[in-house]
Amino acid sequence: MVVGLEQSLEELRETFRLGKTRSASWRKSQMRGILKLLQEREDDIFTALNQDLGKHPVESYRDEVGVTIKSVNLALSSIEKWMASKKVEMPMIAYPTKGELVPEPLGLVLIFSSWNFPLVLALEPLIGAISAGNTVVLKPSEMAPSCSSFLAKYLPIYLDNKAVKVIEGGPMVGHQLLEHQWDKIFFTGSARVGRLIMAAAAKNLTPVTMELGGKCPAVVDTLASFEEQKVMVNRIVGGKWGPCNGQACIAIDYLLVEEKFAPVLIDLLRKTIKKFYGENTKESKSISKIVNRKQFERLSNLLQDPMVEASIVHGGSLDDDKLMIEPTILLNPPLESEIMTEEIFGPLLPIITVNNIQESVDFIKSRPKPLALYVFTTDETLKRLVIAETSSGSITFNDAIIQFACDTLPFGGIGLSGFGRYHGKFSFDNFSHEKAIMRRNFTDFGFRYPPWNDLKLQFIRAVYSLQYLKLILLLLGFKSGLRRR
Amino acid sequence: MSLTSTATKQQVVKEAEEKKTMVVDSKNAASLVSELRGTFSTGKTRSYEWRTTQIKNIIKLVEERESDIFEALRSDLSKPELESFVSEISMTKASCKTMLKELKHWMKPEPAKTKLTTFPSSAEIVSEPLGVVLVISAWNYPVLLSLDPVIGAIAAGNAVVLKPSEVAPATSSLLAKLLPEYVDKSAIRVVEGAVAETTALLEQRWDKILYTGNGKVGRIVMAAAAKHLTPVVLELGGKNPVVVDSNVNLKVAVRRIIAGKWGCNNGQACISPDYIITTKSFAPQLIDALKSTLEEFYGKDPLQSKDLSRIVNSSHFQRLAQLLDDDKVSGKIVHGGQRDEKRIKIAPTLLLDVPHNSLIMKEEIFGPLLLIITVDKVEDSFVIINSRSKPLAAYLFTNDKALEKKFVDSISAGGMLINDTCLHLAVHTLPFGGVGESGMGSYHGKFSFDTFSHKKAVLYRSFGGDASARYPPYTLKKQRVLRALLNGDIIGLILTLIGWPRK
Repeated sequence: MVVGLEQSLEELRETFRLGKTRSASWRKSQMRGILKLLQEREDDIFTALNQDLGKHPVESYRDEVGVTIKSVNLALSSIEKWMASKKVEMPMIAYPTKGELVPEPLGLVLIFSSWNFPLVLALEPLIGAISAGNTVVLKPSEMAPSCSSFLAKYLPIYLDNKAVKVIEGGPMVGHQLLEHQWDKIFFTGSARVGRLIMAAAAKNLTPVTMELGGKCPAVVDTLASFEEQKVMVNRIVGGKWGPCNGQACIAIDYLLVEEKFAPVLIDLLRKTIKKFYGENTKESKSISKIVNRKQFERLSNLLQDPMVEASIVHGGSLDDDKLMIEPTILLNPPLESEIMTEEIFGPLLPIITVNNIQESVDFIKSRPKPLALYVFTTDETLKRLVIAETSSGSITFNDAIIQFACDTLPFGGIGLSGFGRYHGKFSFDNFSHEKAIMRRNFTDFGFRYPPWNDLKLQFIRAVYSLQYLKLILLLLGFKSGLRRR
Repeated sequence: MSLTSTATKQQVVKEAEEKKTMVVDSKNAASLVSELRGTFSTGKTRSYEWRTTQIKNIIKLVEERESDIFEALRSDLSKPELESFVSEISMTKASCKTMLKELKHWMKPEPAKTKLTTFPSSAEIVSEPLGVVLVISAWNYPVLLSLDPVIGAIAAGNAVVLKPSEVAPATSSLLAKLLPEYVDKSAIRVVEGAVAETTALLEQRWDKILYTGNGKVGRIVMAAAAKHLTPVVLELGGKNPVVVDSNVNLKVAVRRIIAGKWGCNNGQACISPDYIITTKSFAPQLIDALKSTLEEFYGKDPLQSKDLSRIVNSSHFQRLAQLLDDDKVSGKIVHGGQRDEKRIKIAPTLLLDVPHNSLIMKEEIFGPLLLIITVDKVEDSFVIINSRSKPLAAYLFTNDKALEKKFVDSISAGGMLINDTCLHLAVHTLPFGGVGESGMGSYHGKFSFDTFSHKKAVLYRSFGGDASARYPPYTLKKQRVLRALLNGDIIGLILTLIGWPRK
């Protein structure tokens, strides 16, 4: 239980009331604070990520520090532009009028981040919440304890601690936080917890953003060129075992490939895994460990099913002490087995074969909508088919994971992979209310007001059907001959 | 519960019979949704032609059945014909026409810029339908608030179920009868009913729910949606303030306040002015002007006026009567207050400075009572507004640009209108929706299309330009390349690639 939570929240609400967080200069000063934190405490971050997840500093830089720096820089150079109100065209009917959209902060927001990318998934929404002018409580995941305490220790030093607070803890603390009133809740995690959070949010009519996961498929077309095959397999291996060893909401979950191409693909995957992680992957420093014993056991249970075990074509060895699981490839495990019904979230990669690559579209459509869909192909028809027929948070052609770094694209799910979106300007919008403003002067037309009569109805008909000539005639008093249609 | 009295028994029997004939229960709600999912999965609702055909047919419906609609609205609300024409028929048609004009353009993918980080690549954002959506509408604008969201859902290519409000029964059954005659009933359905039917509908999995109504039911809708992780749009209400400065054109201001308060369904509208805040010194003038203009619009005996809607039903009449009968409130009436219980009518009523702790100051009024609160300085009004939950609409009448700016900067509301009331609802280029207690999500025009669309991010890459720095085994040099790539630092990148050591 958090002691003094009520006072902390009151302090944050008071800060918001005072209007301090609304100024562009405050928002930018916080961005510079985050930047400074990332630059000055880079080694501490690498250490924390290594302790929690065994992430290599290069991986940590690529997936956490570097991506966040990029986002802070974008916010720093864009905040004023994002904050500016937008002029809106007014239709003739409302003449004379001016319209605009003014983005305003929501108030006090709550961010729940997750353990797999404990830095970027905490800071990326935080950047959005602050750049939109809100006060924030961040609850990092207790399953990445070093990163959680890093954030709790250093964010208050580098940021305005009257406006941004980190509250550490597990599910009890989560429940406690949810009892309070928030202006927005941003959650990254599982659908199970997401449902609980949304139900709690409903009590206070709090809008929520749900960043969930799902089984992200990669459709692998039969590529003719060996060079292209090589690049593709680099990207598949990078997209599966690269981001936190498959423990990522946008990691590739399974591959769909034509039966005849499967042996070639498996061979290339094996070679590339060896090239990237060496002969003994469990000794590799370039691959993350499984976050904790519970997750390790969940993953090893997936492999216990005899039918699944029989489908292993590469890897499959587990190291209980180090919580390491070897990159594992499975060929056609039963579709009703748990490994094919649940999100894997780990280093196991099933390959499902189809007769014709186009069949993969139906396969994807028959399952819940994924957060990300990857398609490796040079066939434009297949590309169009996938875009039109399937639904997913995003589609990336011929690469994986990299869409996360593309600020101009919204990041977010659909269906069971969540709702609401963020990154770049979308983060700002997520944490803003777009207030519609309409300004009028005192010029007036009498036909708007009762007592009603037929002439007034004719006026209004003319206005709505944009018959300006008729309107002028009516205004000039030529009412005869203009019968109600 | 004891069942000894015959009256209770009869009631139970009657209820049981009603249940038998219930339009929708959990089981057939489920089969309805799966049938619509079937239609959606054929892809027919995705085509531009299908969408525009349905929308054109809705125009045809409101044009051909205009008199039926007038009749239903008269029966449900005694809504004056002209009001029905303006706020229900014309607005629905305007909404359709906007869609027909803009849809092709909105359906096109939007190109998105890409940067060095993902070079070489191109990107776009594709709008796609969500699937099968549920629209639960309200009784006060039973045509517009039903059809406008349905138009949005169709424009975005969804299959849709509409549950009109049972509190406006004539309009509900008219929509249930007419919509299937005009639109594709394999994808667009109307389900009539009350709590039981709504509950059955809410048990199903939808791809989006748009609810218009009150916060109490809004909470129930969102909690039900949470079970399936369904996103919701909640169009609620709130106490909408009108700040009146003393420098205004009083005649015009008063006309516009009256048109927005009593001219929009007799105050039974979610954007209706709920209370006026003005200065102590200006209040007498304002009240005089309101009184004389009310008389000009609705005559000496407004209960006889044909230009005012009635109260929707006796329970709302009782609710409003109770607000007025509060001891602390009844002495504060400065105009109106007449009511006719038989015809469920209440005259336009003005109340001056009711106590802050009275019920009428806490609850959304949703009826023909208008409060006037006086303050010393007009700026004091901001404190009052900010001490309450965020309203759906906030209005200000002033000629003072500085006050206007302060109002816009310091007050949060779904929408704001300066020097008029309610008109922002009719402008399709502005999003319509609340914030905080007044709701979440927005619609109208492009915002309707967006509300019922998923914005799919699509990134295209080729197989060229592969930076090996992305892949293990990880080295320090790779880290330097990544630093340069992620920072968009071209020179740094080149230096690193040619092997120039840098800190």
